[in-house]
Amino acid sequence: MKSLAVESVGLVAPGLTGWAASREVLAGWRPYRPEPLPALSAALLPANERRRVTATIKLALQAAQEAMTQAPVFNPDRAPGARGEAVRTVFASSGGDSEVLDKICTALTQPDRPVSPVHFHQSVHNTPSGYWSIATGCTEPSSSLSAYDGSFGGGLLEAAALAWAEAARVLLVAYDLPLPFPLSGRRAIVAPFAVALLLNPASTRRGLATLRLTPVADQAADRLEDAALETLRAANPAARALPLLCAIARQATGSVVLAESGVRLRVEVEPG
Amino acid sequence: MAIQPLAITACTATNALGRGLSASLAALRRGESGLRPCDFEDAALATWIGRVAGLEDEPLRDEFAAFDCRNNRLARLGLEQDGFAAAVAAARARYGADRIGVFVGTSTSGIGATEQAYRQRDPITGALPASFDYRHTHNVFSVADFTRRWLELAGVAWAISTACSSSAKAFASAWRQMKAGFCDAAVVGGVDSLCLTTLYGFNALGLASPQPCRPWDRERDGLSVGEAAGFALLEWAEPEDGRVRLLGYGESSDAYHMTAAHPEGAGAALAMRQALERADIAPGQVDYINLHGTATPSNDAAEDRAVLRVFGAATPCSSTKGWTGHTLGAAGITEAVFVSLCLEHGLIPGTLNTRQRDPELGVGVVLENRERPLRLALSNSFGFGGTNCSLLLGRGGA
Repeated sequence: MKSLAVESVGLVAPGLTGWAASREVLAGWRPYRPEPLPALSAALLPANERRRVTATIKLALQAAQEAMTQAPVFNPDRAPGARGEAVRTVFASSGGDSEVLDKICTALTQPDRPVSPVHFHQSVHNTPSGYWSIATGCTEPSSSLSAYDGSFGGGLLEAAALAWAEAARVLLVAYDLPLPFPLSGRRAIVAPFAVALLLNPASTRRGLATLRLTPVADQAADRLEDAALETLRAANPAARALPLLCAIARQATGSVVLAESGVRLRVEVEPG
Repeated sequence: MAIQPLAITACTATNALGRGLSASLAALRRGESGLRPCDFEDAALATWIGRVAGLEDEPLRDEFAAFDCRNNRLARLGLEQDGFAAAVAAARARYGADRIGVFVGTSTSGIGATEQAYRQRDPITGALPASFDYRHTHNVFSVADFTRRWLELAGVAWAISTACSSSAKAFASAWRQMKAGFCDAAVVGGVDSLCLTTLYGFNALGLASPQPCRPWDRERDGLSVGEAAGFALLEWAEPEDGRVRLLGYGESSDAYHMTAAHPEGAGAALAMRQALERADIAPGQVDYINLHGTATPSNDAAEDRAVLRVFGAATPCSSTKGWTGHTLGAAGITEAVFVSLCLEHGLIPGTLNTRQRDPELGVGVVLENRERPLRLALSNSFGFGGTNCSLLLGRGGA
C-alpha cells in the first residue's frame, strides 16, 4: 500500500497555537487549556492584498504558512515566486467564508442590492487558495473542496491522490471559522480551527509520521479521551483532524478512523 | 507516456437549451440560443440569462425535502435525464455502492435558499425562518450529498468548489481517486443555479453584458449568467470500447490576481500543455478547442494569447457560452459533455451571437457550425482565484 510522509504541521486553534507549542498537549503529556487565538496577519501576502483579507483567509494562510516555513524547501523572507519549491495545494473547508456570504446576503435585502465587488470575488470557496498562490507565486495545481463535517478527511484523500499522481509534495490546509449571526443559529461551529499538513509521497527521514489511508464502509469516527480536546474536535469540521494529530504527536504506531458525511477512512500512523 | 484513459460510459446535460442530451444537441445544430432577458425572481438587471425552465414548479419531496432549493432541484432534473441514474445503478451492481466516488463541482451551491431566508428574518430577533436548512441547501457539500443519496452511492464524496473551473477539476479529482484505488468508478458532475448573488455580483464587477454574450466579438462587453446540471459516469476505458474518453487533464494557478486573468494567459497555457502532455498528444493533433470564452473583454483576450501560444492560429475553436450562458461551476461538465457530443456526431459548433471577430484576437474562432469527423478535442475552464483546468477528450480507439 502506498504511503505518505507528513513533513510538517501547521496548527491554529484555541490553546493550540502552532505545532511545536502544541505537540506535548496533543501527545497527552500536558493538559489542554482553550485560550483565545492570537491576532493573525497573513504576513506572506503583498501589502495591497493584505488590506482586504478576511479572518477566514488569515486563518487558512496562517496554518499554511506555519507548515511551509518548517519545510527545508521554503523561504518566507524572499519575494513571491522566489520562496522555494512550488508546492501543490488542497484547501478543505465545510462552508468557506461565511462572513463574506453573510455580507452579500444582507446587501441583497437592501434597496438596489449593493453587493460589494470585493465581497463577490472573495465569496468563492477557493479564495484562500487564490491568495496563497499569489502570496507564494506558485502556479502549481490547487483544489478546494467541501465534504461538510468530512472536509478534512476528503482533503486528505484528495491531497494523497494528488501527491501520488504527480510524485510531488502537497500542502493540505483544512480550516473553518464559526459562522456569524444569523447563520450561526443553523450551523454549530463554535471554535476556530485550521490545520495544514505538508505531505511527501516519497519516504523521508525528516518526516514526523508516515500515513497509509484506506476508505472504510461503516466504522465510526474515533473520539478523544481528553474531554476538552474532544469538545474541540466536535466544535469544528477541521478539528476532526485531531485524532490524527494526536497520533502523530504521540510518535507511536497506531491507527485512527476519520468518518463524517461522505468520507470515511482509516489512517494508519507510523512514527517518522 | 500517456496516462490511463477513463471512458465516459454515461453522461447527461440540462441547461437553458433544455433537458437532456438531445435538447442540447438539437439546439447546437440549429444555432438556437437558450438566453433570454433576465426574468429571474425580481432581479431588476438589464442583462441576459440562461435559465432552466420549470424549476420553480418542481420541489424536492419526501426523503429529499430537506434538500429542496433551486440548485438541488436542478441536480435532480439533471440526474433524471438520458437514463443516467439507471446507468449508475448498473455500475453500482458491478462495483458496489461504496466503490463509486462522487465528485460534484459547484460555485454557489444552494445560496439562493440563504438569500431568501435573509429576506424573511424575524424583525425582532433577526433569526432566520425555521424552514431554512443550511446544511442541505446552502452548504457547498449539499449538491454532492444530494447526488450521492439520489444515486444511492456510498463511496467517497465531496464537492469541488473552485469557481468556474469546479466541474472540470472534478474529472481530475476522479481520475486521481480511482488511480489511488480509493474508488473503482466515479460520478462526476457540476451544478450551479441562478441566484441573486451571482447576478448582482457580476453586475457589480461590470461583467454582466446588457446583450446576449458575444465571445471573441470586437463588441463583446461581458458574460451572460446561466445555470446547468451535467453528470458523467467514469470507468477505466476498455480497448476498442468506442466510448469518448478522458485522455488528459491539466490544472494550474495563475498566482496573479483574484479576479483578473493573467494578461498573457500564462496559467491557462500551462493547463493546456499539461493536458496534452498527460495524453501524449501534440497540439497539431487536436481537432477542436471548446474555449472558456466568457465574452468579457479581458478574459477572452487572455485565453486568446494562451491558445495562440500553445496551438497557434490553425486549430478550430469556439465558445458555446452564447447558447447556455456562463454556467459557472457547471461550465466544465456542460462543455465536456458538449465536446463529447461533438466527437460522437462530428460537429464543430460555431460561436453563437458573435458577428465580427475581434481583429485584436488571433485564434481560429469558428463562427458558423461545421460538420466534420473529430477525434480529439480540448475543453477549457478558468475561474476566479486564477484557477485553470483543461480537459482533453477523444474517441475510443483513437
